[in-house]
Amino acid sequence: MTGYRLPAGGSIDRNRLVTFRFDGKAFAGFGGDTLASALLANGVRLVGRSFKYHRPRGIFSAGSEEPSALVELGLGAYREPNTRATMVEIFEGLTANSQNRFPSLKYDLLSVNSLVSPFLAAGFYYKTFMWPAKFWERVYEPLIRRAAGLGRNAGVPDPDSYEKNTEFCDVLVIGGGADGVKAAREAAGRVILCDENPLVPEGLPENVLVLPRTTVFAVYDGGTYAAITQLPAQTPRQRLVRIVAGRSVIATGALERPLVFANNDLPGVMLAGAVGDYITRYGVAVGRNILLAINNDDAAALIPLLAENGIGIAGIVDTRRKSSDHVYALAREAGVAVFAGAGIITAEGRLGVGGAKIRLHNGTMLRVACDIIASSGGFNPNIALTSQFDAKPVWDETIAAFTAGTLPPGASIIGKAAGHGINANIAPHWHSGITPGKSFVDLQNDVTVKDIQLANQEGFSSVEHVKRYTTLGMATDQGKTANVNALAILAEAQGKSIPETGTTRFRPPYSPVSLGALAGAHKGKAFKPTRLAPTHEFSTAQGATFIETGMWLRAQYYPRPGEDWLAAAQREVNTVRNSVGICDVTTLGKIDIQGPDAAKFLECVYTNSWTNLAIGRVRYGLMLREDGFVMDDGTTARLGANHFVMTTTTANAAKVMQHLEFCAQVLWPELDVTFISVTDQWAQIAVAGPQSRATISKIVDSPFDVTNEAFPYMGCAELTICGGTPARLFRISFSGELAYELAVPARYGNALAAKLMEAGAEYGIAPYGTEALGIMRIEKGHAAGPELNGQTTAHDLGLHKLLSKKKDFIGRAMAARAALTDPARLTLVGLRPEDGTSILRAGSHLLPIGAAATAKNDQGHITSAARSPSLGPIALALLANGPARIGEKIRVYDPVRQGDCIAEIVAPIHYDSDGTRLHA
Amino acid sequence: MRIPCPHCGPRGLDEFLYTQDASAARPKDGGAAPTEEWTDYVYMRENARGPRREYWYHSAGCHAWLIVTRDVSSHEILSVDLP
Repeated sequence: MTGYRLPAGGSIDRNRLVTFRFDGKAFAGFGGDTLASALLANGVRLVGRSFKYHRPRGIFSAGSEEPSALVELGLGAYREPNTRATMVEIFEGLTANSQNRFPSLKYDLLSVNSLVSPFLAAGFYYKTFMWPAKFWERVYEPLIRRAAGLGRNAGVPDPDSYEKNTEFCDVLVIGGGADGVKAAREAAGRVILCDENPLVPEGLPENVLVLPRTTVFAVYDGGTYAAITQLPAQTPRQRLVRIVAGRSVIATGALERPLVFANNDLPGVMLAGAVGDYITRYGVAVGRNILLAINNDDAAALIPLLAENGIGIAGIVDTRRKSSDHVYALAREAGVAVFAGAGIITAEGRLGVGGAKIRLHNGTMLRVACDIIASSGGFNPNIALTSQFDAKPVWDETIAAFTAGTLPPGASIIGKAAGHGINANIAPHWHSGITPGKSFVDLQNDVTVKDIQLANQEGFSSVEHVKRYTTLGMATDQGKTANVNALAILAEAQGKSIPETGTTRFRPPYSPVSLGALAGAHKGKAFKPTRLAPTHEFSTAQGATFIETGMWLRAQYYPRPGEDWLAAAQREVNTVRNSVGICDVTTLGKIDIQGPDAAKFLECVYTNSWTNLAIGRVRYGLMLREDGFVMDDGTTARLGANHFVMTTTTANAAKVMQHLEFCAQVLWPELDVTFISVTDQWAQIAVAGPQSRATISKIVDSPFDVTNEAFPYMGCAELTICGGTPARLFRISFSGELAYELAVPARYGNALAAKLMEAGAEYGIAPYGTEALGIMRIEKGHAAGPELNGQTTAHDLGLHKLLSKKKDFIGRAMAARAALTDPARLTLVGLRPEDGTSILRAGSHLLPIGAAATAKNDQGHITSAARSPSLGPIALALLANGPARIGEKIRVYDPVRQGDCIAEIVAPIHYDSDGTRLHA
Repeated sequence: MRIPCPHCGPRGLDEFLYTQDASAARPKDGGAAPTEEWTDYVYMRENARGPRREYWYHSAGCHAWLIVTRDVSSHEILSVDLP
């Protein structure tokens, strides 16, 4: 191991050698190294190119505030851009690459951006690429995206896995420094201590759960916090932890702010505290001849540390006019010169620091050779999370830093984060003045002192405007090392104080969080549960093609050899119309309603009457919302005086349940009624077609009588089938044929389907899917999802006769508004192509014949369309003044799918309009 | 955000569904009330700062409807009542 690793020290495991690759070259580090410390140990200083100007960049900090050393991790689909090298623990086989360089890190052609940089100042894009507008998407944007921007997205689905969990505690301590550990040790109850770093503090009591490598990145209401845990070289890769805490202690410490001078972005310019961290935590000397630039006494702690480790000190530049006795004492001991009242004007070097130009207190210039400039402009309490508590930061003049505002109950802040023990003897020094080179304030977004001054000159004087105009603090580092310097420079430009200028608000996330972690395991098919119908095995064995309807997987059609979807669906329709077919209708919502006031309750929620429904009968019901528009429809059966079973549409099952609960708990709590969803408890199969009675009669147990006289249309009964299996039978029909729906406990679903197939075999029974179901319901003109779209009224659907005049119901008053019954509204009609063959498609617009295809001439649209085996193409449509126009012709226009034909307006019921087949 | 459900104890926001303002009074005369009263109930809402009564539904829990009094500027939950 070469060069920069110290012979001893650091909390690394010197017995564990770890090899990794950076830009294709193999390197070795030790267990416990970060990518940054391992690269520095190997003498690698240049690690990337900057965002806008493609300037060479190195490692600036030793922690999560890193604005500069951003690399791509992994290869191919695993590639993850903009990862902070200071936060990546190395592991065997780690692959990292520098980013934003072309063709190579050392010879980056796009660094010419630096030469044309006068044009790339604040607001450049806004000013330059203004016109012509059409150039934006085709020319400007691709150009800008190529030249600017940081790392590259992998461009393919992320193969990594992520997970989520929730933790509960009495006390959450955020930050595992000395103050945080002390707070965790002293807290009672269950305690969680989170820290960004991998090391677990030793000797904590058992009630403390330590989450290492865990960053609390967001604060939510009610003591809820979001944290992200890195799981290096593991699967899953990250864990999102939701922490619910009784109270929290913020012990996030303070972040050092750099001094601002020209070329302060050169590799080798670092935070003074980071230089110390690399020595104490990783046993790495970042250089051999270090120039220290400070304005406070805290940073002077680096002087003895460097001396003890035999690292050369080129000098101490202290911007304070007199420096301090403390600094002089330490410098004397180390045998180093102090330049008091001096300042670095510029860092010198091409791909890394080779020296610095210093202006001495008397104005003379001095060149100093060095390989590292370690700068400290003081410390900012790390109050990002307090900002999320809506506590506005307060400027504290004595320490020249913002401290947390008043925190709400349940949150407290301690230690350096609270401004304690920092910035002893500080004399603020915000930048070195106008110099020829670039002085960077925000290294990640390439924002300079001049950019801030320019924004102010151009009228963007509010701190929030400066942020947006210059993009200051808007990179993934959230300006952790930049913001306070920037505010001070803005305040200076305006001749105001820093508190007068104010500060921007820190928002979540505190540090970058991958979208994969937010999704966790809930991606692809795992995004939502899949609900399988109780006849799923049967349908699979029958070769069904399935379709997702909400969470349900339903059989769409059952193709036979040589059949496409249309041929299969049309055959299934013919089977039902001519013989008998079966279809799983379990997915419709089923709500079991019981109680002495059950009928009264139905009167409230349905528009039509229910108290007069006889036991053993079924009725179609219509539900409105309070605003008078249609909410849902379905049949409800009366099984007993106080017992009903309601069905809802598949799509609205949960919504109707919620609505009924609102009605029962909030609107009419005096009604003695109770209900529960039984959708999953009963398997329900429609048996439809002229031979359905013959089929059913074979499986019902005697003495149940299924003749038309004993069990007429809209009858219902509880019975047993197949020798004692409990069942419910409903004589209802969606297909328009003689039909039944038979319900059995869900576990018998597959068995019932098989029994029905056996019973109907002699009639050529076949299962049918949602396609055939759809064709038949359009033939019958039944409104379904596309018509019950939340914008239609009972009038629009031709259901106004269902609005009872004898009783009150939800939506009654609002449905009576003139505008909701206006004949000019879009109203349900049927359509048939004039030529009998042109295909009609849902979504097509209806125009007067000869009128231009403009929105102004639009008179309605097709909601549902089908290709009926007996009638050819048919459709349901919503058309202005619909019913009055039956018999007229209209243009059906579908520019998206090149449809344009003439259709005849007909009644919505295309098939068996007098219902003789139903009552057979 | 967490809501202390009277039946289930304090539970996370993702178990609940906000639906509507609970301060709007449904017309006492039901469908017989004048349209103006219904318009106020269905459409008109104050959007005032400070405490507000809201209907929340414990959809992924006990299915109870709750009247949550919540300060919309601080997000503090002041009380949770059953209707």
